[in-house]
Amino acid sequence: MTKAFQKIYTKITNITKATCSLKASGVGNDELATVNGKLAQVVRIMGDDVTLQVFGGTEGIPTNAEVIFLGKAPSLKVSDQLAGRFFNALGEPIDGGPEIEGEEIEIGGPSVNPVRRKQPSELIATGIAGIDLNNTLVSGQKIPFFADPDQPYNQVMANVALRAEADKIILGGMGLTNDDYLYFKNVFNNAGVLDRIVSFVNTTENPPVERLLIPDMALTAAEYFAVEKNQKVLVLLTDMTSYADALAIVSNRMDQIPSKDSMPGSLYSDLAKIYEKAVQFPAGGSITIIAVTTLSGGDITHAIPDNTGYITEGQLFLRRDSDVGKVIVDPFRSLSRLKQLVAGKKTREDHAQVMNAAVRLYADAANAKTKLENGFDLTNYDERALDFAKDYSEQLLAIDVNIDTTQMLDVAWSLFGTHFKPEEVNIKQELVEKYWKK
Amino acid sequence: MATKGKVKGIISNLVTVGVDGPVAQNEICYISLGNVRLMAEVLKVNGDDVFVQVFESTRGLKVGNEVEFTGHMLEVTLGPGMLSRNYDGLQNDLDKLTGVFLKRGEYNFPLDNEKLWDFKPLAQVGDKVEAASWLGEVDENSQPHKIMVPFVMEGVYTVKSVAAAGQYTINDTIAVITDSDGNDHNINMIQKWPVKKAINVHTEKPRPFRLLETGVRTIDTANPIVEGGTGFIPGPFGTGKTVLQHAISKQADANIVIMAACGERANEVVEIFVEFPELEDPHTGRKLMERTIIIANTSNMPVASREASVYTAMTIAEYYRAMGLKVLLMADSTSRWAQALREMSNRMEELPGQDAFPMDLSAIIGAFYSRAGYVYLKNGATGSITFIGTVSPAGGNLKEPVTEGTKKVARCFYALEQNRADRKRYPAVNPIDSYSKYIEYPEFEEYIKTKIEGDWIGMVNQMKTLLLRGKEVQEQINILGDDGVPVDYHVTFWKSEVIDFVILQQDAFDKIDAVCPLERQEFMLKLVMDICNTDYEFDTFLDVIDYFKRIINVCKQMNYSEFHSEKFEQHLAALKTLLAEREA
Repeated sequence: MTKAFQKIYTKITNITKATCSLKASGVGNDELATVNGKLAQVVRIMGDDVTLQVFGGTEGIPTNAEVIFLGKAPSLKVSDQLAGRFFNALGEPIDGGPEIEGEEIEIGGPSVNPVRRKQPSELIATGIAGIDLNNTLVSGQKIPFFADPDQPYNQVMANVALRAEADKIILGGMGLTNDDYLYFKNVFNNAGVLDRIVSFVNTTENPPVERLLIPDMALTAAEYFAVEKNQKVLVLLTDMTSYADALAIVSNRMDQIPSKDSMPGSLYSDLAKIYEKAVQFPAGGSITIIAVTTLSGGDITHAIPDNTGYITEGQLFLRRDSDVGKVIVDPFRSLSRLKQLVAGKKTREDHAQVMNAAVRLYADAANAKTKLENGFDLTNYDERALDFAKDYSEQLLAIDVNIDTTQMLDVAWSLFGTHFKPEEVNIKQELVEKYWKK
Repeated sequence: MATKGKVKGIISNLVTVGVDGPVAQNEICYISLGNVRLMAEVLKVNGDDVFVQVFESTRGLKVGNEVEFTGHMLEVTLGPGMLSRNYDGLQNDLDKLTGVFLKRGEYNFPLDNEKLWDFKPLAQVGDKVEAASWLGEVDENSQPHKIMVPFVMEGVYTVKSVAAAGQYTINDTIAVITDSDGNDHNINMIQKWPVKKAINVHTEKPRPFRLLETGVRTIDTANPIVEGGTGFIPGPFGTGKTVLQHAISKQADANIVIMAACGERANEVVEIFVEFPELEDPHTGRKLMERTIIIANTSNMPVASREASVYTAMTIAEYYRAMGLKVLLMADSTSRWAQALREMSNRMEELPGQDAFPMDLSAIIGAFYSRAGYVYLKNGATGSITFIGTVSPAGGNLKEPVTEGTKKVARCFYALEQNRADRKRYPAVNPIDSYSKYIEYPEFEEYIKTKIEGDWIGMVNQMKTLLLRGKEVQEQINILGDDGVPVDYHVTFWKSEVIDFVILQQDAFDKIDAVCPLERQEFMLKLVMDICNTDYEFDTFLDVIDYFKRIINVCKQMNYSEFHSEKFEQHLAALKTLLAEREA
């Protein structure tokens, strides 16, 4: 890709684990370069001192490496040919297929003018009651799973992706294990939906700094389909903790003063720039982001989940329920901030009331359990609440559930009918009269 | 001649410029990049090297790009036509921007040059006037928008002529004033002011004392905020900061509401765009949007203009205050602004303070909060800016620099609590940790006596004592078990629950319960305190729970019914019967 007029620099003055510096002129901020063939990006210019962040890591780079500036920021060629393809963080095919032809677009483009956004209003059905019933997702929303590394979040996400009626699913894998990468590939392949999927994957075998490009690559592709083709696009980002860790590495190498938990001071803005790409466009296209933020020891006060929580529209927690031996979507800690835009509007009228009642009763069961553990006597109500909780967990909260929202509501009513009296569920009288299962 | 310069270095949005002439701290300059001009602000000067923060992405910027300095600081343009507008942090009218995506370097004029305003003269020929004197008035969405002598004009002037009543655009001369040297100055409806400087055109700033009714019980009753007061709402994510803030901005008894969405979610701003044109101001019946200005600098918009956005909002508030109006300013969230400061301080390699925030953070926060207040204007009228900021403490930990810096200066503290939010007790304001300093002001006590008969403050304090007592008893019950404490303890606990459920909790999504006028708050608090001051007799704790749950249920039904409606009176009668049942 060397062009005749390009100047080749061969004297690097400074090398760290992630960056190198040299004397060069006429260089633009954010511009790409190659350092002995490895892709790099300009991150600091001071007079004729230019610092490059080397995506592939600086291992083996000599002081006389060949540096060529490419005169452009990181970009992606977009067209319908993206569909069904797998790429690395640099946007190069890794599935053995041909290069993409299309318009070259700089990644990390501008933000949507807030007054041009539409209010999200379309339900995304996943079949999982812990999500659809209690934490309904809406197109144009951004929501992460807060999960421990051993939880099956990738499986849940793959299921959500397949069941959501999205026109395109864009997978952004950061620090994905090779096994998980193959898992996604197989699931999409077996479901016969490969033509709807675009994947940008950085596995644990690839250099960590490359990960920084993945979200912008995925979202640039997403914007192409959502803006140009007015499609409903679902973007899956896993795992954003790996992304933030890579940010920390780079900022550390650039001698920036770390803030909380060794994270860069700009973490909030960096994450917001990604998540805020979720949008409902006026012309009908939309970008919905479902991400994964792995936690360390379940600590949500750590800077990564904490900043994420302030940015995203809710969060989903998975938990293993030992009473039923299944992984459930935790109804207490999970939250979808946009659910009221669709619950009862795009779903049956009793949705909001049933959801609240069931969670309240589940909370009563949790209190009863504490009582039991502390050796206090249980009342008859406590016993019934505990029985309800078991059924509720098994039939609705478990992640292997796959029914539509109307069925979910019917199941909930039948559980109410089995375990409680109408006056115990605190639901509006007219709804009880209509739906109570005798 | 304007100072010029050339780009020498770039780190993200911090750019070093070599200059050929004088520059001022905080001066605005434009950097040319191809055919766009990027706005930037001077942060630091070191010899001929000037450090500027660019309000846009610096992608593609090169050493040698031309820079032109403007000779002024970041300014807002003030004049009629700001109400109902949606501005970005630099006061660009977002609705006037073309395209779905924001374009770098696209700036526009924030007012309407064409619109004709109905002008009414207020000053007379021969009047002595000075900065901020009212020359005339136009009707802006039913608010009397005063056309003032520009704030930048120093000294005393004599009015030479004032335009007759009639229709004028903002650019028409509406008055001519003569300075002491005999020079004439034409005044139109537009003036400019640098946002980082406070507009001080008042004679006195007394301690504020007039209640600012918000219709939110946990604020008005328990910890009231006053016209010209300051308050802040810290809370971890998911505790309802935004819902509470929206509730206050919808319901507060203010003439003008300015909302600075500073580094928060874009969809939340969209919610305001969608709702406010539909919803009615409960005090005037007009559409909420008519009294509202939104400064939207959401989290994905350039970081540097996040800082500018709160100053832009405050300056606009000060402009309306100088007209003798009651302004409410809300900023969500001041933590994002502090983070923007941190990012820049970090890039300038300043020695950091706690959590890598700049050392002078608390001084910056203090100076900003002090711009709010209740004032007497030179013509004897009064105006106010009530400022409420939210704080997003990292990890929900209130011992962090932004919360601590704010706590020193804000007089009201509304602590949102995770635990209350988890139990769906909204608004999740912790009644014990939260406070309002104003309730202790004798001026406030005197004022509230003109609104509410009897010892209101005594009653509020008694309510707070009961809440604290209830919490202590609850802890004992948790340790000793329901049977392990006397039945009386349960009664005390459940009395505090009645206060919690009936007074503190409020359904922001219920049409009636969402807004609770002061008269109604007075009625309910008196009712609830009567319940709490009554002695009851019970045999077992189960009876206590059952009885008080019924009381709570009836009281909640009252909260959901129109005040003094037939339904309301029925529930009240039911409550009276219920109370008669158990009185000792």
